Amino acid sequence: MISIFLKEVNEFLDSLIAYVVIGVFLIGIGLLMWVFPDTNVLDYGYASMEPLFSLGPYMFMFLIPAITMKSFAEEKRSGTIELLQTLPFRDSQIIMGKFLAGFFLVLFSVLPTIIYYYSLSYLSNPVGNLDTPGIIGSYIGLVFLGGVFTAIGILASALTGNQIVSFILAAFLCFFFYAGFDAVAEINLWADWSYYIAELGIMAHYTSISRGLLDFKDVVYFGSLMALMLLFTQLTLGFGK
Amino acid sequence: MAVSIQHLTKVFGTQRAVNDISFEAEKGRITGFLGPNGAGKSTTMKMATGYIRPTAGQVLIEGLDVTEHPLQTKALTGYLPEHNPLYLDMYVREFLRFIASAYGLKSVGKRVDEMIELVGLQRERGKRLSALSKGYRQRVGLAKALIHNPKVLILDEPTSGLDPNQILEIRQVIKDISVDKTVILSTHIMQEVEAICDHVVIIDRGELVANDQLSVLKEGLNHTNGIIIEFEQPVDQSVFIQAGFEPQPFGASAYLIESDRSDLRAELLRITSENDLPLVSLTKSQQSLEEIFHRLTQKTEA
Repeated sequence: MISIFLKEVNEFLDSLIAYVVIGVFLIGIGLLMWVFPDTNVLDYGYASMEPLFSLGPYMFMFLIPAITMKSFAEEKRSGTIELLQTLPFRDSQIIMGKFLAGFFLVLFSVLPTIIYYYSLSYLSNPVGNLDTPGIIGSYIGLVFLGGVFTAIGILASALTGNQIVSFILAAFLCFFFYAGFDAVAEINLWADWSYYIAELGIMAHYTSISRGLLDFKDVVYFGSLMALMLLFTQLTLGFGK
Repeated sequence: MAVSIQHLTKVFGTQRAVNDISFEAEKGRITGFLGPNGAGKSTTMKMATGYIRPTAGQVLIEGLDVTEHPLQTKALTGYLPEHNPLYLDMYVREFLRFIASAYGLKSVGKRVDEMIELVGLQRERGKRLSALSKGYRQRVGLAKALIHNPKVLILDEPTSGLDPNQILEIRQVIKDISVDKTVILSTHIMQEVEAICDHVVIIDRGELVANDQLSVLKEGLNHTNGIIIEFEQPVDQSVFIQAGFEPQPFGASAYLIESDRSDLRAELLRITSENDLPLVSLTKSQQSLEEIFHRLTQKTEA
C-alpha cells in the first residue's frame, strides 16, 4: 500500500497536477476571502472564516475530481491495471493507496489556509477575538468533506476508462451528495420526510460540524460514506474478471 | 508440478475463450504455449497470473490455487503481460524500484542494478520509459518479471517487437534463467519454439490440440515422406503420374511429391534424367513445426 501511495504522490508531483490544484485552490480561496467585494472578510466586518468554509466545498467539487480522474481511468486505458493487479497487492490496498494519495494532496492544499486564522486573529478587535472551536470544527468538517469527495472521485475513476467521463461523473456526484439531497428534500411531495432526506446529504452534517459541535453521528456519517464509496470501487474493479 | 492447469475454462458472455484446458509445466523446462491469434493464449495466462478469474477449473502455482491464495501465488510468479503495459511517465530505475518495493524486496537499489545489467539496459537506465524504443521497453518488462527471482515465469510474447539481435539476447536470458525456474512462454514464432522450448502446448479456439515434448511432437507427425522437386521451368507432370506419384504444385516450377515409400529421391532422379527434365534441386521435405502447427490448428477451421 505504501509503495502505491508513494507512486501516486510522485505521479502528482511529476505531472504538475499537484501544483495546479494547490495553486488554484489557494488563489481562489484567497481571492474570495480577502479580495472579492461580495465575499471578503474585511468588508464583512466580522472576524470569521466563513468564506473559506462555505465556498471551499464548491472549489473542492471541481478540484478533487481533477485530482482523482486519472487514478483508475488512466490505468485501465493504458493497461497498467493488469500490471498492478498481478503484483502481490490486494485490490483494497491498491484502492487505499490511491485514495490516501489523493487525500494527502487535498490536505496539503488546505494546510496553508491556517495562515488565514492567524491573520484574522490579528485583525480582530480585540486581538484574538475569534471563534476558535468553531474554526477547528469547520476544518475537521472540510477535511472529512475532502475525504468523501476523494472517495467519490476514486469510484468515478474506476467506473470508466475515460478521464473526462470520470471527471464529470465525479463532479456531479460530489455536487449531488453535497447539495443535492438538500435540494431534493425541499420538494413538497415528500415534505414529511424532508428531514431524513436532508440528513442523507453531506451539507446537513457539514454544517453541524462547522458549528464546532463534533457529533459522533456526523463522524460516523462521513466515515461510512467514504467506506461505502471505496467498497463500491472494489466491487467495480472485481467486476467482469 | 510447478504449474498445473486443470480443466481451465473461461467464458466471456456467450463465447468460450478457453475450454477445459489441462496441462502441466515442470521446473527447469521451458514450455512453449502456441496457438493462432484469438486462440485463448493470453486469456489462459491472465488466469494463471490471477488477473482474471476462471469460470471453471483451477490453476496451481507450486501447489497453491491462484484464486484461493492470490498474494502468495502472485509473489511466486513473474509475469510479462501481452503489450507490456508500463508506466511511461516513470524513469527506468524509478519503475523498477516501484516493482521491487511492491514485492517487498530488501536492498532494492542493488537488485534494480542487477536487473538492469541482466537485461542490458545500462545505457538507458536514466531515461524515461516513454523515451525508450519498443525493444528496450520489452527489456524493462522482462526485468520487471524477473526482479523478485520468481519460481514461475509467465511470458506473453516476450520477443515481440525486438530486432533479430535482441531476440537472440533475450532468448539467451530466458534460457539461462530457466535452469531453476518454470517458464511458460507464448509466441507466434515457430523458430523460437524450436530454439528454446522443451515442451509444447498448442491450443486452438480455446481447445487443447497438442501437449507434448517438442521432439515427440515433431517425430509423431513426420510419418509421410515428402520430396520437393524443383525444375528450371514448369514441366509436364504426366511423367510422374504415370510412375504412380501424385505431384502437387509447390511454388512456380516446383512440386511436392508425397508417398509412403521410404526415400524417393533415387527414383525421381531416374525419371527426370530419362525424360531429360531440367532439374534444379531435389530436397526431402522436413515437416517443420510450422507445418505441424498449421495442420493442428487448421483442423477445426471447417
